[in-house]
Amino acid sequence: MTGAGHMQLALSLPLLALVAIGLFSRRHNLREAAHLAAAASSSLNVVFLAVTVFRGARPEYRLLEMIPGFSLAFRGEPLGIVFALVASVLWLATVFYAIGYLRSHREGHQARFFACFAVAMWAALGAALAANLFTLFVFYEVLTISTYPLVTHHGTPAARAGGRVYMGILLSASIGLLLLAIVWTWKITGGQLDFLAGGILREPFEAGRLATWQIGLLLGLFAFGIAKAALMPMHRWLPAAMVAPTPVSALLHAVAVVKVGVFSLMKVVVYIFGLELLSETGASLWLAYVAAASVLLASAVALTKDNLKARLAYSTVSQLGYVTLGAALANPAGVIGGSMHIAMHAVGKITLFFCAGAIYVATHKTEVSQMRGLGRRMPLTMVAFFVASLSIIGIPPGGGAWSKWCLALGSAERQQPLLVATLMLSSLLNIAYLLPIPVQAFWGTEPEGTGLHDHPVCLTGTGRGEAPWFCVIPLCLTAAGTVVLFFFANQLYEALAAIAVY
Amino acid sequence: MILDHLPVLQIVVPLLAAPLCVLVRERALVLSCALAVCWSAFAGSLVLLAQTLKHRVITYEMGNWPAPYGIEYRLDSLNTLVLVFVTAMAALVLTYAPASVKHEIPRNRHYLFYATYLLCLTGLSGIAITGDLFNLFVFLEISSLSSYALISLGQHRRALLAAFQYLIMGTIGATFLLIGIGLIYQLTGSLNMSDIAAHLQTYSGPRTVVVAFAFVSVGLSIKMALFPLHRWLPNAYAYAPSVVSCFIAATSTKVSVYVLLRMVFTIFKPGFAFRTLQLDSGLMILSLLGIMATSFAAIYQDNLKRMLAYSSVSQIGYIVLGISLASPHGLTAAIVHMFNHALIKGGLFMCLGCFALRVGMPTLDKLQGISHRMPYTALAWSLGGLALIGVPLTAGFVGKWYLLLATFESNYWWVAIFILASSLLSLWYVWRVVEAIYFGEPPANSEEIKEAPWSMLIPLFVVILATFVFGIWTPFSAGLARDAASLLLEGTMTP
Repeated sequence: MTGAGHMQLALSLPLLALVAIGLFSRRHNLREAAHLAAAASSSLNVVFLAVTVFRGARPEYRLLEMIPGFSLAFRGEPLGIVFALVASVLWLATVFYAIGYLRSHREGHQARFFACFAVAMWAALGAALAANLFTLFVFYEVLTISTYPLVTHHGTPAARAGGRVYMGILLSASIGLLLLAIVWTWKITGGQLDFLAGGILREPFEAGRLATWQIGLLLGLFAFGIAKAALMPMHRWLPAAMVAPTPVSALLHAVAVVKVGVFSLMKVVVYIFGLELLSETGASLWLAYVAAASVLLASAVALTKDNLKARLAYSTVSQLGYVTLGAALANPAGVIGGSMHIAMHAVGKITLFFCAGAIYVATHKTEVSQMRGLGRRMPLTMVAFFVASLSIIGIPPGGGAWSKWCLALGSAERQQPLLVATLMLSSLLNIAYLLPIPVQAFWGTEPEGTGLHDHPVCLTGTGRGEAPWFCVIPLCLTAAGTVVLFFFANQLYEALAAIAVY
Repeated sequence: MILDHLPVLQIVVPLLAAPLCVLVRERALVLSCALAVCWSAFAGSLVLLAQTLKHRVITYEMGNWPAPYGIEYRLDSLNTLVLVFVTAMAALVLTYAPASVKHEIPRNRHYLFYATYLLCLTGLSGIAITGDLFNLFVFLEISSLSSYALISLGQHRRALLAAFQYLIMGTIGATFLLIGIGLIYQLTGSLNMSDIAAHLQTYSGPRTVVVAFAFVSVGLSIKMALFPLHRWLPNAYAYAPSVVSCFIAATSTKVSVYVLLRMVFTIFKPGFAFRTLQLDSGLMILSLLGIMATSFAAIYQDNLKRMLAYSSVSQIGYIVLGISLASPHGLTAAIVHMFNHALIKGGLFMCLGCFALRVGMPTLDKLQGISHRMPYTALAWSLGGLALIGVPLTAGFVGKWYLLLATFESNYWWVAIFILASSLLSLWYVWRVVEAIYFGEPPANSEEIKEAPWSMLIPLFVVILATFVFGIWTPFSAGLARDAASLLLEGTMTP
């Protein structure tokens, strides 16, 4: 089958999953089996697609002309494929995990949950493969709206408040800033919105229709308009979204939604502005410093959080800053490092969230301070947590080591010692807020009165007090994934090197 | 052949069916007669659409009197589009109507409702179809008078006051329009639009042209509720029976906008209206003020029908803004938004009709947590609300996108900021309701509330589905609007 055929299949399977979920909404096993099958075949298609793209093909697929002159079109290129690969494979893992989580938790509205989940994944894949800014924007917005019912899943006043912040910030930024930036780009380029190698703004710049300060302003509109990238001060939605059930936090708010954000920004920098334009004019350097500030501030806030999910949320904000930083450096090392970090952080962070959810399912504990001594009861979960933490911090054998290395190189190449120092300092902060959790889990003593017997779920699980197998297996696999990525980073680097040509 | 007479049948059939309904009075018979008329009108307009797509312009001479002497009906892509959405909404709303009418209007007045509804349809389609100015005025009066009557059928006693308010303002508007038409007749000796267009000396002509244009444009601004002449509208929509709000909100103001388009672009020519008189800056300022002011007003309404009414005024602002830009993209935005907004606002008012059937006047506190009792209506509201905000893949996005392109194209980038800001305001007032119906604490006596009947839900979901179809697949709506825009702008910008 051709690359375009795989692309069509990969994009239509989430929608087929949606139909199946609708048809079998009351027959749980059939419904989940269909969902798993769709996720598996979708990721298989993305893998095939990735193979053809990494060999140099650029399959294209035009779905329809949505508005005369503006098409929904898709095109496989390395950056998008890497993201699609990460998202679809982790989707499969998360569906497994979500089945275990929701069932042992006896959550309501499971059909609605999985339906929205499938739509969200469709939107993430659509954004990953988008061939122009218009398509990207359409899927970006679909993602925001389809995840709102997931964030507010519990229907409590807290969910309502969290959902309001989530939807409010994301939609305000995308309508108020991103849409403005897109239409402005359309005006500057004279009707061109396609993602092209080398960028589409270079020609207007050379023709004198675009001043340097305007490039900076446009970049700012994009960087803050894509609020999913959670660049401070647009990050407030991310902690607010943590009211969602943990599988949602894991896939969407550690992987799909936030990564669509930084991915879109990266794509705009590489294919709309073009690295050459940004590095010549230096119009993006201010963004690198804003991103660095975001990295440090968010890490500092993460240190103060006792709630595990909140701590992970701020850690995500901080790690997203790395990707933004890489994009803003606008040199090959920075862009490749940032793009690699999309993959590395996704696998690491989803593991951490899976662990947080597993702990919650098994013990109903949410605060870091309650988790002392938990390692003896949940050794698999806690080892996975430790391994994933290494990757997030950037210590071998975690894959994150390579992406952070590239980012540091990029900063050094740009002769910004301050940025290099920021990266180092931030890694120290990462150690400070992540490592104490597994360390205390293994060496600390358990607080009084939290015995095994006070929670019936544990008994139906894996024994020893771990969460159900449906939860534990995915998190072990993703934790192993972080190590695998460490050894296969070179392949990732070479695949991505194609995007960083001047 | 009967097909040759289709343009006039669009008018004659509902016009004759209305008195027939009054004579028959039997409720079931009246209803089936009205339904048959509305749906055949819709089918007829689709046939006409196919014909205009083939021949570009269809003309029909009433009684075989040749054009400048007799009344001519003239259809091009612009008014066919108007005709299609007027008849489509008429048919869909009437299909949805019976349960709601039974609930809200006393039984002995049902036949009056259906008869007046048909008259209103006659008036609105007539305005769209006719190529004769005086005929246009007559149809405008038919539609207005029947609207006053329909609004006064509302349950609440304030419906009478609202209808009266509308009557006063509407009559002033109609009178202004009539004076304007009279002056044009005096100048050219003709009432046929294309004839006038050929003979009216707008640039070198006497001052009377300016006076005529002033009367026409002010009269139409009242009819289409352009800010600040919109004061009659919120009460009229809020206190009318639900079904009437659905139909009038979807069609009536848009038809007046269509007349403005005809007047400015076909008869007086934009060169005169926009260059000599600078109506464009006037319209732009008024529409921007209107968009912002009424969006803010909508946020503070607890009566949801009033909220949607204010939102309608702000959406009219978008349409007029598109006209004021007078560029291909601007006009396309205006025309396509006319069509799309008819669907969206019709759908949202239909949701409120379903709520009204169960809780009475739909206010925010009565609808708290109602999604548990009426899940389908609640879902329809959320989807329709997304379209009103203008989220991609919904019909509301298409018009806004064109409008944004048009503002940037004309270098009015600051106007784009107003458009986006008002989208955020619409997000605010739509989502306030979504949160209330999904997360609110249901009132004490809400156990007996049931979902609305299928007879209402099916037409409602057809409309909501259509807002998504015309957001994803736009060759029909946007393509036709683009045709119409280029037709209006054909060689007319040269002074």
